[in-house]
Amino acid sequence: MGENLFTNYYEAASVILFGVGFTCLLLSKNLIKKFIGLNIMDTAIYLFLTAKGYIAGRVPLMDADSVRDPELYINPLPSGLVLTGIVVSVSVTAFSLALVLKLYQTYHTLDLDEVLTKAKKEEE
Amino acid sequence: MDFACNFPFFSIMLLMFTGIISMIAGPRPAKILSLAALGISTVLSALLIAYINQTGESFIYMMGHFPAPFGNEISAGMFEAVMAFGICGVAFLSLWGNGASTKTDIPEKKRNLYYIMMDMLMASLLVLIYTNDIFTAYVFVELNTIAACAIVMSKPGGETIAATIRYLIMSLLGSGLFLLGISLIYALTGHLLMPNMHEIIIELVHNSNYTLPLIVIVGLFGVSMAIKSALFPFHSWLPDAHGSATTASSAVLSGLVLKGYIILLIKLFFRVFSLDILKEFHISDVLLVLGLLGMIMGSVKAIKETNIKRMIAYSSVAQIGYIFMGIGMDITIGLVAAVFQILVHMVTKPMLFTAAGGLINVSGHKKDFESLQGSAWKDPLAGVSFIVGSLSMIGIPLFAGFIVKYYLAAAAFDTSKNTLIILAVLVLSTVLNALYYVPAISKIYHRDEASKFNWQDVLRTIGAVGDFPYQASLIIFIILNIILGTCSGPVFQALEMGLDMLG
Repeated sequence: MGENLFTNYYEAASVILFGVGFTCLLLSKNLIKKFIGLNIMDTAIYLFLTAKGYIAGRVPLMDADSVRDPELYINPLPSGLVLTGIVVSVSVTAFSLALVLKLYQTYHTLDLDEVLTKAKKEEE
Repeated sequence: MDFACNFPFFSIMLLMFTGIISMIAGPRPAKILSLAALGISTVLSALLIAYINQTGESFIYMMGHFPAPFGNEISAGMFEAVMAFGICGVAFLSLWGNGASTKTDIPEKKRNLYYIMMDMLMASLLVLIYTNDIFTAYVFVELNTIAACAIVMSKPGGETIAATIRYLIMSLLGSGLFLLGISLIYALTGHLLMPNMHEIIIELVHNSNYTLPLIVIVGLFGVSMAIKSALFPFHSWLPDAHGSATTASSAVLSGLVLKGYIILLIKLFFRVFSLDILKEFHISDVLLVLGLLGMIMGSVKAIKETNIKRMIAYSSVAQIGYIFMGIGMDITIGLVAAVFQILVHMVTKPMLFTAAGGLINVSGHKKDFESLQGSAWKDPLAGVSFIVGSLSMIGIPLFAGFIVKYYLAAAAFDTSKNTLIILAVLVLSTVLNALYYVPAISKIYHRDEASKFNWQDVLRTIGAVGDFPYQASLIIFIILNIILGTCSGPVFQALEMGLDMLG
């Protein structure tokens, strides 16, 4: 059990990072920190995916036209997925930050609990 | 390949391009464009249902130039076609019928953006239904999240922004877990297309290799979709988001967006895993228990609510519980009942929200029951629709909700799970439903001692309140509900055939 952690250290690191991000997203009160946590979480998954596509001793596939021997290259599909994932997480982060900005302009605080109590008061 | 096989692709692309074109259009053209796109997609889905009914089998449509193990695919069968038809049709009615309230709630400058987000939301929902590729599903889950949050926050005010933030955080948590599940399943199987993954997983389970990682993956998919579709312990974001948004958004979010994720989950369960594997992993037990809890807790919370829109939103939590209970019984009739419940709720909840929007409109834009007293006399059509929706939710015969409860009860006798508990919860939840819908009806029909009942007054107001689209869409919703409640046979057969095609 224990030795697997050391041979698969990329995966182990990514799971630890995922945990850090997840806790940050769930438990942190500050909204900016929450979204930083989200980004850590996403990055952890990208590390995991990249590690899954890596084959020791091979190089990434940079130019598809000049492929000579498939044995020389790593699996390019996870890298493609990671690229797509990065694009998605950039847009999600941009959207969230815009929303946080709007929230700050309305309530003058970044603390989610405070915002919710203020919103409830406003309703009444 | 027949021409009809292009229809899923056409409807998705049509909605996406409508969204892009609407960027340079004004609010009114944007609305007309998106209504037209939704109308055309509804017709295309209806044609697709007819086509699949004729051929009797599902088909796979290749996207782009690369064949099976590498390229992207769409798979469509009866289940997908019926769901797409329901989603496009109901979205059309919700947008069309609530045009007036959208106009008052959303500032003119932002209104075309609202319709763009609606187009994108519908396109991404269709992708979730049709896709055969699990990573495409992830990308469109994220698009769906952004669009859904955008249509909540489009109504200005602090309340909606706070609700959107909560909705966004919970949704992103779900997406993160879903992505982790995808990475793990890709690492195990080396594929992203559902049928290819299915082959490898069958082999793995057969040789009992990697059982623990597979259970983790099923769990991750289940939890992520449960968060997004507001299954009981993960429902805390729902009432704020659905209760504070403008009426058209509430109708679409409660009626359609929640269902998109459940449909994706059913597709994953059927096409990637299989019912036998799920039974072996006991994931259906978890879903059953959470579903049963949701049926009770959603209703209990709704009883305490004094805001009509939040009450209807909490009732969604209970109704989602019914769907997961049907899935959790892991027998075919339970699943068909669950899928039928998806359709019924898709038709009923937008009607309730539209009617509530009308009632709120005639009582000076107040949402609490105190201000809503007697509002049904000022807008009789909304009152009638609210009654029909409530009776359907309670499960009175003749209305759609009854059929669902009937089949769920029938399934409870056949399942290997504890029949007595399932039946007891079903009865209890029916009573609880009645406990908040009946008082709501009596409040909106409340009449002061002073004012005398007069049919002529009521008849005069029928035509006077609301515009034509609003009235027409409410009447269509009522008719749809009664059709589903009285002629459920063919729909039920179609869904049974659809689930057969999935596996």
